[in-house]
Amino acid sequence: MTDDTGLNLFQQQEANRRRTVWLVIAFVLFFAWLGFGGDFAYWLATADAGPAAYHHTFPWFGLIMTAIGAGIARYGFATGPNKVLWSTGAVEVVDPQTDKERQLVNVVEEMAIAAGVPRPRIWIVPDPDPNAFATGLDQSHAHIAVTQGLLDLCNRDELQAVVAHELGHVKNLDVRLMTTLAALVGAVALMHDGVGRLLSSGGRIGSRGGRGKGGGVVIIVVLVLWVISWILAPLIAQFLAMAVSRKREYLADAMGAQFTRNPMALASALTKIDAAEAPTTSIKRGAAHLCIADPLGRRANLHEGALADLFATHPPMAARVARLKGMAYQRLKAEGQFPAA
Amino acid sequence: MGGVILLIILAVIVLYGIGAYNGLVNLKNQTLNAFKQIDVQLKRRHDLIPNLVNAVKGAMDFEKSTLEAVIQARNQAVSAGANAGPDAMKQMAAAENQLTAALSRFNVVVEQYPQLKATGNVGQLQEELTSTENRISFARQAYNDTATQYNIKQQQFPTNMFAGIAKASPAELWEITDEGERAVPQVDLSMKPKA
Repeated sequence: MTDDTGLNLFQQQEANRRRTVWLVIAFVLFFAWLGFGGDFAYWLATADAGPAAYHHTFPWFGLIMTAIGAGIARYGFATGPNKVLWSTGAVEVVDPQTDKERQLVNVVEEMAIAAGVPRPRIWIVPDPDPNAFATGLDQSHAHIAVTQGLLDLCNRDELQAVVAHELGHVKNLDVRLMTTLAALVGAVALMHDGVGRLLSSGGRIGSRGGRGKGGGVVIIVVLVLWVISWILAPLIAQFLAMAVSRKREYLADAMGAQFTRNPMALASALTKIDAAEAPTTSIKRGAAHLCIADPLGRRANLHEGALADLFATHPPMAARVARLKGMAYQRLKAEGQFPAA
Repeated sequence: MGGVILLIILAVIVLYGIGAYNGLVNLKNQTLNAFKQIDVQLKRRHDLIPNLVNAVKGAMDFEKSTLEAVIQARNQAVSAGANAGPDAMKQMAAAENQLTAALSRFNVVVEQYPQLKATGNVGQLQEELTSTENRISFARQAYNDTATQYNIKQQQFPTNMFAGIAKASPAELWEITDEGERAVPQVDLSMKPKA
């Protein structure tokens, strides 16, 4: 089994590196489409205008938007972990003061040993709801954040299990993909809000201008397509975030159980986190897919199936707990501590 | 034509050999590194024990034998660990197991005196000790996992043909032999802070 997971781990890391590259490429291409699409529509609109009028022949928008997209991607990739931590208001634990903080630091160091990764930096989110997330771009620049609520609620074993789950994300480089995604989703949301306002005022100016004769239908089709993609941008980004993270939670649960050799502790931690009904208010939509449990408490997470695959960032808690209990049963049976059923 | 095919087959074998050799060397170094990690954590435990013993010495005059057993086991473990490597591990493991057993008895005793935990930094030192025990066992776990992977690679065909060239020899696993050692997790349960 060890050999098997070792091999899978390498494939996982490679897949995550590759997906991160594709994500960035798709992001830049999307920006290019937004820009060049606008250029095309504008070119069609001005093609029939008189010789004295302005003809849009050079794709300024496209070049500028591509440059902006690449810039945002570069910036988002470089500052992603800090942005995520900043957005949750996390405070780094440098010099642990309370017993609980000391315990957290110890537990993280223990799990870093078990996982064979350098000790990540440790953060606490001042929020009463139990939750935790990991972020970072590689194993040696990783961060683990837990909420104050999790520290208060969980005992040592459960805290250890949650930290092990997060280190699972760190070890198989899930954090790289998910942090980049968070940074880009955030950028799209911002751009959409800002440019959406610009676009609505620009649209009014455009409609006042002269009407095309022959290319009218083409202009409208291109324009409609273009506007739709502007509207859909944040939605697409959200779907991406969701599709990317569901299966990973099961995998990180399994890796966490492998590190602690104690699946029941994680099962009991997840049950406790699930029972604490309140949403984690300090963790917003942009970082939701990074967390161990959905901070927004969305109903879609309760179901399996195609629809849930589209709308949920996390698998149903009951299914996760059931899988962990299955692992615990397997262990007991292997050790002969369980009467053959 | 036949010569070309032969050359290709030879090239494939050589390329595979290089890959297998590098894989084995890589695993060997990982195993050594994992072993060093256990060493680091054992050292941490050895350094921690005098502090803990000093902190409780005054209050535990009546449990002298337990304290002395811990100190003695610690000193033995320090001397056994002075010259050990992945291949001469049995001795070291035995000494460390004895220390673990002595420490778990010590913990049971401390648990019997709640006022002791409340005084000074005994509670804090105990958390450090719990963490250290955990670190040791996780370091062992990581070592055993890596060493098992290394051993499997050495025995599996066709990698085993290159084991000699890579100077690979089976790494000894860190095993728990003592029955008392197996009982440790149950003792640890009582040390959990009341959540």
